[in-house]
Amino acid sequence: MRAPDLLRFATHAATGNPLRTSLLVLAVAIGVAAVVVLTALGDGARRYVMNEFSSLGSNLVIVLPGRSQTGGFNPANAITGTPRDLTISDALALQRGSSIRRVSPVAVGTSEISVPGKLREVMVAGTTSQYIEVRHLELAQGSFLPEEDWGRGAAVAVIGAKVREEMFGAGPAVGRLVRVGDRRVRIVGVLAGSGQGLGMNTDELVFVPVALAQAMFNSNTLFRIMVEAKNREEIPAARAQTLEILKLRHEGEEDVTVITQDAVLATFDRLLSALTLGVAGIAAISLAVAGILVMNVMLVSVVQRTSEIGLLKALGATGGAIRLAFLTEAAMLSLVGALIGYVLGQAGAALIRHLYPSFPAYPPDWAVAAGLVTALTTGILFGVLPARRAALLDPVAALAKR
Amino acid sequence: MAEAQVRLSAIERVFHLGDSEVHALSGLNLSISAGEYVAVMGPSGSGKSTLLNLLGLLDRPDAGSYFLEGRDVSVLSPEEQAEVRSRRIGFVFQSFHLVPRLTAAENVALPMMLAGVSPKERSVRVERALKDYGLEDRAGHRPEELSGGQRQRVAIARATIMEPAMILADEPTGNLDRATGEEVVHLLEGLNSSGVTLIVVTHDPGIGSRARRQLLMEDGHLRHDSGLNG
Repeated sequence: MRAPDLLRFATHAATGNPLRTSLLVLAVAIGVAAVVVLTALGDGARRYVMNEFSSLGSNLVIVLPGRSQTGGFNPANAITGTPRDLTISDALALQRGSSIRRVSPVAVGTSEISVPGKLREVMVAGTTSQYIEVRHLELAQGSFLPEEDWGRGAAVAVIGAKVREEMFGAGPAVGRLVRVGDRRVRIVGVLAGSGQGLGMNTDELVFVPVALAQAMFNSNTLFRIMVEAKNREEIPAARAQTLEILKLRHEGEEDVTVITQDAVLATFDRLLSALTLGVAGIAAISLAVAGILVMNVMLVSVVQRTSEIGLLKALGATGGAIRLAFLTEAAMLSLVGALIGYVLGQAGAALIRHLYPSFPAYPPDWAVAAGLVTALTTGILFGVLPARRAALLDPVAALAKR
Repeated sequence: MAEAQVRLSAIERVFHLGDSEVHALSGLNLSISAGEYVAVMGPSGSGKSTLLNLLGLLDRPDAGSYFLEGRDVSVLSPEEQAEVRSRRIGFVFQSFHLVPRLTAAENVALPMMLAGVSPKERSVRVERALKDYGLEDRAGHRPEELSGGQRQRVAIARATIMEPAMILADEPTGNLDRATGEEVVHLLEGLNSSGVTLIVVTHDPGIGSRARRQLLMEDGHLRHDSGLNG
């Protein structure tokens, strides 16, 4: 048989029994759609976490006071007594590192912000002008903290979007004088709302110069030092230099913890990729079930069409031609089911993205490809047995059946 | 005598039904020349249909040999036999065996499609065949929309579309009323007079007696062959 004839014959045979065909196509479509949607969810979760972490700022190396024995990130580091505090001079010294582009010290404390008639408890972060670049933050109005000597603290503040809204409502904020703790400061800028945040949310922060914060909280220690490496490749070098410089300054003792964002990211990346693979595997089972259904339906179809197969043999069809016709039909049904499932799955993922705009539910390409290929191969593999059975039918018995 | 078109010698065909053996055909010798008109008659179970299936290469003998046009076809592979069926043999069945989802024209074209004839040539030949059998205005109809006589004419058009040397008809009038049965027999006889060998299995003595040669089958044996006496 010629290829177009074969296709047309298989199409005729498939559309000759619309209920059977549509059920089968539906089964394959659901399998493929499940793969697409589930991997979209899994990979979406991975991307979501990645985005959250990269919003910390890329190429970031974070210095914590105190040494963590495990080397991992441990919330206990933040509260345990530290042998030697991080200071502004430490941060200044780090600027010498050849792989280090920017350094930004952070001192943190809780205080109150007040305007006449309103008072709110806020987290106050003392930092420097470069912090906005290190953390990739965006300003909505005004400017960030001014460039100045780190030891001098100008009486200015930059507030987060939520603080602005709660303190000033629709009124202007930049230029207003407010009281933060026992200091009067002028607001010079408002940060753009980030909408979401893991850990410390910049929407609810008040930034002041680091020297001012230390004076406010009556301490000369730092909560963190944020170090930005020159580029991605130099992160390990920046990390080593940071450690070396601080060790020198701390009399040869390595009493700080340096974490790179990459290490945290890599862990989450591995974890969530494994999760995506897992759900893809589960979805693939539904495809295997669809494959068995293909076999079942094709076997029934062989029985239903016994006399037709006998006739085709009498008219000169070889066993090979009949096998090919049934295989083509199975492959075609799987292909159509796979394509419909692909469209359904993409629509489902788009719907999830529409409902949760911050959740990047895009199915990964490998999963889509694997879903389509698995659907096709199971369809064809499970089509082999019915096709063989059809080809081996005895024409006399097949014709006698009515 | 020239080499016969069909030569069967010492054909045995045994079916196993449970423990018992049924000799559907035993010790059968038969020669049929090209262009003959043969009626195969006999009671049910006498082996008529088995004979026809063997002649049509749908079945294989357990012993003996079958020469078709001088070639031993009983030893061919299934693929080669399919090729012979496609080119040399046309079947007409009692219950027509049209594919219900295909139109009359598509049913007629089916053997050519299986043989890989180009669509262009197919449509020319189908059109001519439908015209010959008075089915032009039925080309687009499905079998269920056709009368019994029309269905059998479609089946005959299909059997002849590959221009076979031999037509095997198994009770071609069995499902038709008298008048349409006549009509179908006339069609088949017309084909025979154009040189095609016609072998008809029938219960109907009226139709059997029209053939130039009658074979009477009984219990797997050839009881009577009018061709040997005449």
